[in-house]
Amino acid sequence: MKILAFESSCDETAAAVVEDGRKVLADEIFSQVALHEIYGGVVPEIAARSHLEVISLLADRALQKAGISRGDIDAVACTYAPGLIGAVLVGVNFAKSAALALGVPLIPVHHIRGHIAANYLAFPELEPPFLCLAISGGNTMLVDVRSYTDMRVLGRTRDDAAGECFDKSARVMGLGYPGGKPIDDLSKQGDDKAYDLPRPAVNDGNPYDMSFSGLKTAVVNIVHHAEQTGEELDKAGLAASLCRAVSESLVSRTMAAAEALGYAHVAVAGGVAANSRIRADFESACQKAGKTLYVPPLRLCGDNGAMIGAQAYYEFLAGHTAGSDLNAYATMEL
Amino acid sequence: MTYTTHSEKETEDLGARFAANLPAGAVVALYGDLGCGKTAFVRGMARGMGIDCAVTSPTFTIVNEYDGPRPLFHFDMYRLGSADELFDIGWEDYLARGGVCSVEWSENVPGAFEGDEIAVRFEKTGDNDRKITIEGGPLC
Ligand SMILES: Nc1ncnc2c1ncn2[C@@H]1O[C@H](COP(=O)(O)OP(=O)(O)O)[C@@H](O)[C@H]1O
Ligand SMILES: [Mg+2]
Repeated sequence: MKILAFESSCDETAAAVVEDGRKVLADEIFSQVALHEIYGGVVPEIAARSHLEVISLLADRALQKAGISRGDIDAVACTYAPGLIGAVLVGVNFAKSAALALGVPLIPVHHIRGHIAANYLAFPELEPPFLCLAISGGNTMLVDVRSYTDMRVLGRTRDDAAGECFDKSARVMGLGYPGGKPIDDLSKQGDDKAYDLPRPAVNDGNPYDMSFSGLKTAVVNIVHHAEQTGEELDKAGLAASLCRAVSESLVSRTMAAAEALGYAHVAVAGGVAANSRIRADFESACQKAGKTLYVPPLRLCGDNGAMIGAQAYYEFLAGHTAGSDLNAYATMEL
Repeated sequence: MTYTTHSEKETEDLGARFAANLPAGAVVALYGDLGCGKTAFVRGMARGMGIDCAVTSPTFTIVNEYDGPRPLFHFDMYRLGSADELFDIGWEDYLARGGVCSVEWSENVPGAFEGDEIAVRFEKTGDNDRKITIEGGPLC
């Protein structure tokens, strides 16, 4: 079954063709990051407008790359939540029209489910159940993937997302947007014990919940103190200390949950999975605990259309299709 | 009125007292830098309005909606370049729905307000101290 899939929930517009949930025939991405750098953040109007400009072009290019024609498409899929509402709507409406015109089913996909499914593309042997940590600019959640479409959120951030913590810290450190990559790069030259940062602790209730606003605030305080006292800021050391603090809080909770559930497979998904410190820490923790770690290659960690096509296949098998009254949603439970 | 808080919890409590008596349709414009406690204050507001939901940062989604006796629309304009983009996020539609709108990073969208908003200004006076000035609205 060949699915034409669209993703347009934030910075990236993407179209892909995926066969039977596992095989990528085409994966076209247009990134808007350059447009947004000057604003220090994502600008919804620009996002929506340029999604609109490139989506049909990307769709044609995806079909061309896959070497198929429109008649070969068995279903159309799109991200329908969560994200910037104007941006998500572009993908939803385009997918709706395409499905209608081709006379094939329309499959709505939750963006985070798509990130989790990126693992199916990278690892043909991986099947639920497994534990997945989904970490991106807008989300931080620990998910019990019981089956392809039955998922339970074990814990999540109480305040800021892990990626948001990197982005905002990068901004006060003058490193630009998006902040994940520059912090990662800089951290490699720094001492991860240069600054004593708080470990985001959540003392009440759910042991798998996380918190990152305290870390962001600690970085802000360090930068401001340095400015006020005229002391030179050890940026590389701060970046390394920040990566370590974020990583430790993610890895400890994930490993505890994997242990508690008795899972042998641990997956990481989402843009923040690209962070090299987090990858390395997960590798050693899983090795020590005798668990198998799955982290998709960098290209599949960020937003892309292939991951939506992968999850769409399993949503279709579970009967989750939509009519032309499908709407887009800024927020939605997994 | 100016208030001083010495912990995140005190800021949340202030938000809860502030919101308890807010009329439906109130627009609350929050001003202040990263880590000043704006999201913490809104978390308190939700509690004060009888909303039993985990309030997280809306920076990525731009707006989070919370259902309750009076709905709360929690905006974050951090990633918006100017007030022109309010149209794309459906700002006017939200205003018309009669809930309470709280708006982080209001400094990014001066054109959004018509003069009847309540301004709440946050200032960091120490690592754990915040000066919070509320201009207009009920006393708390
Ligand atoms: N008096 C205080 N009021 C509010 N937050 C405080 C206070 N003292 C320290 N903090 C810390 O500052 C941070 C505020 O974060 P947040 O509410 O996300 O700020 P903002 O939304 O303004 O960026 C939290 O980490 C909190 O623990
Ligand atoms: Mg905030």
